[in-house]
Amino acid sequence: MARFRIVGGVVAALVIVGAAIGGALVWRPAIAAIDPPAPQSFDPALVRHGRELAALGNCSDCHTVRGGKNFAGGRPVPTPFGTIFSTNITPDPETGIGRWPEQAFRRAMRSGVDREGRHLYPTFPYDHFTHVTDEDDRALYAYLMTREPVVAAARPNQLRFPFNQRIVIAGWKLLFLRRETYHPDPAKGSEWNRGAYLVEGLAHCGSCHTPRNALGAERAQAAFSGGEADDWSAYAINAKSPAPVPWNADALDFYLRNGWHPDHGTARGPMAEVVSNLAAVPSSDVNAIAVYMADIFGAARTGRSREAVVAQGKSNQEKAADPQGAAIYAATCAGCHESGRPPPYGGINLALSSALSATDPRNLVNIVLTGVRPVAGERSPIMPGFGATMNDQQIAVLVNYLRSRFSGQPAWSGLESVVQDARRTQTAYLSTSAGPTSAPADATQRDKP
Amino acid sequence: MTTTLKVNGQDHRIEADADTPLLYVLRDELQLNAAKFGCGLGQCGACTVIVDGKAVLSCVTPLLLVEGGQVTTLEGLGTVAAPAPIQRAFMDEQAAQCGYCIAGMMMRAQALLQRNSKPTDAEIRAELAIHLCRCGTHMRILRAVRRAAHLMDTAELSPANQESVR
Repeated sequence: MARFRIVGGVVAALVIVGAAIGGALVWRPAIAAIDPPAPQSFDPALVRHGRELAALGNCSDCHTVRGGKNFAGGRPVPTPFGTIFSTNITPDPETGIGRWPEQAFRRAMRSGVDREGRHLYPTFPYDHFTHVTDEDDRALYAYLMTREPVVAAARPNQLRFPFNQRIVIAGWKLLFLRRETYHPDPAKGSEWNRGAYLVEGLAHCGSCHTPRNALGAERAQAAFSGGEADDWSAYAINAKSPAPVPWNADALDFYLRNGWHPDHGTARGPMAEVVSNLAAVPSSDVNAIAVYMADIFGAARTGRSREAVVAQGKSNQEKAADPQGAAIYAATCAGCHESGRPPPYGGINLALSSALSATDPRNLVNIVLTGVRPVAGERSPIMPGFGATMNDQQIAVLVNYLRSRFSGQPAWSGLESVVQDARRTQTAYLSTSAGPTSAPADATQRDKP
Repeated sequence: MTTTLKVNGQDHRIEADADTPLLYVLRDELQLNAAKFGCGLGQCGACTVIVDGKAVLSCVTPLLLVEGGQVTTLEGLGTVAAPAPIQRAFMDEQAAQCGYCIAGMMMRAQALLQRNSKPTDAEIRAELAIHLCRCGTHMRILRAVRRAAHLMDTAELSPANQESVR
């Protein structure tokens, strides 16, 4: 009996100690609610700076649903674990963050915990926002707290067990969250360091462009090797980039500023929203991002000039034998894509398209199905969608033809099921994503025919 | 190239290049002028017709993609004497001003109602969002689509009712 009592006591002690340690890891205190601060109490210069930062962070994209009010949340984010809905970050006192003091906002950005002390899902990319400085968090807070308050309660997430238990997020953080702020690299220039601070932090480029492990954390060893976003594939933006013509800092700067580049084509899908937001960002910051990312892409491989790539696509014309694919391309695509009219209003020569040389056919299929929608009230690139015009078989034939003629890479497999999936996901994407609200920067460029 | 098509229930053999837009064939060969040439870029919706149950932009639809397909244009829905529910609803609501975009809107609304007999306002708006109209009868158009849904739902189209249509 005595032995049982000792064993029982040890077990009980272990359970209590375990629970205490676990509780300490999991539990976060609530931060006292405040009365919503008056918008006038914030310095207008700080609010303006916050607006630029919010654009850099692409906050409105996830926190706004199509047809909904800015920052009022409700947009579904598909994940392998179920669907997570973004929340209301307007200063509404009951359904938004109106009662959050700045300290609570900063804690959410740093460690993914809301004012009440609940762990937030890492779809909110605090694994990047942990790098954001106190000053930048203060400006973001000032900007968000001076937006129009919107009453919009959060939609319940649709997650499978056990992922619907917020306690698992505490474990996830223990494994994957590095609470570090950005340390400048003294060997690099100030522009590079500014770009690194933005890319690794607020701009959270890796959230889409870095592959994730089975538990949904970014794989640090494979940074920028390509990931996904909203059923689009996010290209590798390092040495593995599929771009036929290599990227450099000038091209990146132009692309991020304008939403297109003559050697690369037009931003679309979730990236269209990113570049649309970059229109509100100081050009020095966009340039810094370009400088840093050009370093990540690495030195350009030689022999892939624009002229060489386009000539390759031409010379492959005879080799790509499928007559049905060739006929669909000639009748449907070539009118714009071989017009010689420069982007953004002429279609890009498809030999230059990353979508055709990428490992994943989804972007090409998505764009064939839905086209590029015009931006309301602006001149912007357009492409009609062919989802209603072409059946699945016709799209698969066309995509195979484009792949073999323009990329010279092995054919994609399972195309018809990709097309079927894309029909479903693109309908959902178009009905819920906020979509670009303004054309990218530099109106003088846009207005050139 | 010869393309076979069934247009408004009638078989046609069209002699034209494979890349000829369906719109050109409808208007120039078959004298079906309801579908309009607006932008020619698949951006305004004025050229919308129904092919195999789906609303398509006929200005960017080359013939080779619709080989053997069943095409319905506004002329195939009803006549002045016996308008289809969607046409009657648009007349009752006086939803056209200049009317250039309306044939396309009616065709897309028809395709919507064929697959979803009770669309919500949000669904109607989302469906018609790609159609451009500069006149500003948008609210009437929305009412007309709702009215058409009701007409189809209640089968309120006895011959007596049809005759009462202006």
